[in-house]
Amino acid sequence: MASVSQKVSEEKSQTIVSSTKSVTLRIKRSNPKINSEEKFDEFIVPVESWTTVLDALLDVKSHLDHSIGVRYSCRQASCGSCGMKINGKPALACFTKISELDSNNITVEPMDNFPVVRDLAVNFTRLISNHKKIMPYIVSNDSEVTPGDGVKELLQTPADVEKYIQFSSCIKCGLCNSACPTMAMDTSFVGPQALAQAYRYIADPRDKGKKTRLKIIDESHGIWRCHAAGSCSQVCPKGVDPAMGIQLLRSYLLGIRD
Amino acid sequence: MEKEPKSREGIKGWINPAKYGKFGIERFAWILMRITGLGLLAYFIGHIYETSNILNGKEVWDEMLAMTQTTEGHIFLALVIGMCVFHTGNGIRLMLVQMGYGIGKAQRPDYPYKPQSLNMKGKACIYATIGIAALAMWYGITVMFG
Amino acid sequence: MKESVIMKIHYGTALGAVFLTVIHILMRMTQDFHQSLEYENVLANYEMIGYAILLELLLILISIHGFNGLRVILLEVNQGQTYEKVVSYGCVAAMAILIAYGTRTILMASLGMV
Repeated sequence: MASVSQKVSEEKSQTIVSSTKSVTLRIKRSNPKINSEEKFDEFIVPVESWTTVLDALLDVKSHLDHSIGVRYSCRQASCGSCGMKINGKPALACFTKISELDSNNITVEPMDNFPVVRDLAVNFTRLISNHKKIMPYIVSNDSEVTPGDGVKELLQTPADVEKYIQFSSCIKCGLCNSACPTMAMDTSFVGPQALAQAYRYIADPRDKGKKTRLKIIDESHGIWRCHAAGSCSQVCPKGVDPAMGIQLLRSYLLGIRD
Repeated sequence: MEKEPKSREGIKGWINPAKYGKFGIERFAWILMRITGLGLLAYFIGHIYETSNILNGKEVWDEMLAMTQTTEGHIFLALVIGMCVFHTGNGIRLMLVQMGYGIGKAQRPDYPYKPQSLNMKGKACIYATIGIAALAMWYGITVMFG
Repeated sequence: MKESVIMKIHYGTALGAVFLTVIHILMRMTQDFHQSLEYENVLANYEMIGYAILLELLLILISIHGFNGLRVILLEVNQGQTYEKVVSYGCVAAMAILIAYGTRTILMASLGMV
């Protein structure tokens, strides 16, 4: 239900506001700790060509409604904290310019498929536990470097690094899990983020844990519940392309790759 | 199994038409694959039952044919042809994709971070499959209404 | 059974079913469409041993592929140990019943027990 409080942000914002343009920012409000009520609060925010959704949210939070719950940190698409649904599509608020959205009405909601903590902040417990499940570290007998044995580092060629560097760009923002249609229904599915990370480690020539990881994901709610809908890659802000990682991972299980 | 309330979209995540404008044709192909798969399974069960009428003699068989060889029956069969062709074509595309073909090569990502796996080849295959399914439906209609 | 083995079967049955379905449909085109559906012509098809084997294989392949697909969809809709067991065994049972019913038709028709 929309609560139309058409408040206008005043000229006290951190930027020198000389814009002639304003947008309506609709923010979904909820507090599951108190009740199950959900509503939309609307605010009119002045924007420049460079204003991001996060800028607009913080503008509202600073001047109009201090109680808005929003998670953010780096403001440069490095930390993955500000993931939310913007006009129906999961995106990082700091990486999405208002001008890119081609709309005067911006609706922000918490990411789908994550339990809501409050307003736009969601609980990442499930993502973290799925990520831990696939053993997100190099498994190697050589990983303990002892002095005197001549092993100083595990060497890799640029070609070796190129095989997995794309997947190591993951910032655990959760947008892929939010967009995934299987995650919408399947509470046991590991998710595209964990699967892409499983591929990151398997493709790393330093890693010796391929068999164990493949065994972990080869189950009824593992890799086989991915059906290549591609929504994860569509929303990934770092070019990780989880769909590619998952299909390459699947080729191991199908015996196409060794 | 988690028990958090309202954490999952549920069936809306599958059937909400607004999603299909925001995500690519690949997602549309995914839901169409499910719908055609279920449709074909239902048709297959009906077909097995229908064709088993051959054991009940010519009269029963002719009665059953009279029921199915109608305009509605032909249109239904044309839909089945379309579903079958789409499901087959998209299935072959998916098999190739899931074996790692046609999804590009892993490489260092750079702005604007366009995903390689959602490339024009794949999209063209999906559109081609839909086109061929439509053609097959048209051909089926011309044969049945002959 | 490991899920990867089940999915390999799923892909294998798909490819086999496509090939056999094409032959099945081509058989309808050996005559005029409406003529090919007449009682005597259909019965004559069943009495060809090669075609009867084709139909039997098609029945098995499509049943496995179809019910495995249904199992996958149902497993995504809901989760839980009991539910998953019921879905898996239910799909296998439905598969077996359909194959048995279809095999009965093929056997009786091809042996002339009509």
